[in-house]
Amino acid sequence: MATSISKEEVAHVADLAKLSFSDQELEHFTGQLQEIVSMCEKMAEVDTTDVKPTFSVTPNVNHLREDVADNWNQKKALLAQAPEEAADLIKVPAILNGED
Amino acid sequence: MTFNYFDKTLADLNADLKAGKITAEELTKETFANIDQTDADLQAFVRLHEEEALAQARAIDAKGDFSNPLAGIPMALKDNIATNGLETTGASHILEGFKPVYDATVTTKLNEAGAVVVGKANMDEFAMGGSTETSYYKQTKNAWDYTKVPGGSSGGSAAAVAAGQVPYALGSDTGGSIRQPAAFNGLVGLKPTYGRVSRFGLFAMASSLDQIGPLTRTVKDNALVLNAIAGFDKRDSTSVELEVPDFTEKLGQSIKGMKIAVPEEYFQEGIDADVATQVKAAIAQLEALGAEIGQVSLPHTQYGVAAYYILMSSEASSNVQRYDGIRYGYRAPDAKSLEEVYKKTRTEGFGDEVKRRIMLGTYSLSAGAYDAFFKKAAQIRTLIIEDFNKVFEDYDLIVGPTTPTQAYGIGAEIDDPKTMYLGDVLTIPVNLAGLPGLSINAGFNGGMPIGLQMIGKPFDEATIYQAAYAFEQETRLYDQHPELAGKA
Repeated sequence: MATSISKEEVAHVADLAKLSFSDQELEHFTGQLQEIVSMCEKMAEVDTTDVKPTFSVTPNVNHLREDVADNWNQKKALLAQAPEEAADLIKVPAILNGED
Repeated sequence: MTFNYFDKTLADLNADLKAGKITAEELTKETFANIDQTDADLQAFVRLHEEEALAQARAIDAKGDFSNPLAGIPMALKDNIATNGLETTGASHILEGFKPVYDATVTTKLNEAGAVVVGKANMDEFAMGGSTETSYYKQTKNAWDYTKVPGGSSGGSAAAVAAGQVPYALGSDTGGSIRQPAAFNGLVGLKPTYGRVSRFGLFAMASSLDQIGPLTRTVKDNALVLNAIAGFDKRDSTSVELEVPDFTEKLGQSIKGMKIAVPEEYFQEGIDADVATQVKAAIAQLEALGAEIGQVSLPHTQYGVAAYYILMSSEASSNVQRYDGIRYGYRAPDAKSLEEVYKKTRTEGFGDEVKRRIMLGTYSLSAGAYDAFFKKAAQIRTLIIEDFNKVFEDYDLIVGPTTPTQAYGIGAEIDDPKTMYLGDVLTIPVNLAGLPGLSINAGFNGGMPIGLQMIGKPFDEATIYQAAYAFEQETRLYDQHPELAGKA
């Protein structure tokens, strides 16, 4: 029941992850992902019926604290890190097609 | 011969500072002079903060308070630990020029202790790698042999300490990234229990696995650094509200009667014979010191790598979504639409290993693969934890090799991700279970160090240190250091 990953599937995953690959890169990554996924299929050997999954080992559920406003006053400093800013806002290209 | 830290422990340095034999400023200047001379070849640092370090050193001298064992002493931070106003990039192109607007909690704690941060150590890009070869910026060498990798991902941190550039450095460990470079460089490297040290300000890779920890030459130095960085932090809800003990308190106590388990799986196929021989000799030494050694089984060890690569890459692919070219760091210059900003920025900004993990993680979390991969991996994680719990019912400590092999040649494995991933087989289960794990030099083969790994019960770092200290005092391997002179 070996999972086989197609180039199309890899292209789809790349699109979801907002990455683009050339055809040659796609070929390369498909091969490597196939190899890694095949390695991970070894997990199927283990019987995990009724085994609860562990997503975190921390015993903490929630740390509740007083709801106190804490102003870090960092607007200027944060904006200074943006690749482009204008009028105290982060500037990005148009998000609506064909309009400004 | 320039100044270096080969024969100086933190306690020695602290005594000299207290006695006025040297000032923090002088020590810092000597440190930079040495780095200036050695780092052209070693390439341990991606960035130095000379001006800020000297200012901090002068401030400490002016205060004249050296009651904290780290006060006035230089150190290095891995490049994924945030420093307010000082460029921190995770060794990635996508964060080139990024200056965090806050300090990581460990940075704050070190500043409060009076530590002098000299710069950022090189690493694998976003801590994804085991050889520091995926750094966007440079290739750090192994101080013992410049043709070999320093390990990773905390390779720069390890190389800087191994080469005597700094007495200690912080690294981060998600699947072995402190312990493996410690093993490859003959150092003491600790991954604390998950929750022991705040992750606030650590660039997140896999949030349920990441921990920050110290790389040092000696066990006592390591415990002193952990003393400074451990503790609950309201800014990291996974940090644990437990009292922080003095981690040096059990150093020097006999290990007579300590129950130490040796998992048979840690010596199975894939483990280099020289590594196995040296580690077995180290275990015999622990026995000679009075420890009671018993053989145990951790039956799910062989599934750790698979489970880890699924869980880690799933968490990592989610965590690195934030790097999109909008708010900070690199933005592709010629993108016309928002979608193009995302795609071009990420495609140009990330290296291949990061892309590989984003792809694997996104795939594992996708509808058709979730049950067979992500959920299955999380279930195997439970079984791995149960394996450890069972052993710890009867034992105080688990020991074995840190890595299956010694440091390999630069370029030898980088094009073969699967082989590189399998190199993490002995360190990964410790992260999956959230346990504390330490690597200490077990001895040499062919002039290169071999790591002995010690794994403890949750929040019992003190017992690990106790055993490591007993071993270290017996072997005194820290007296050996690489000959850097004449290396090209």
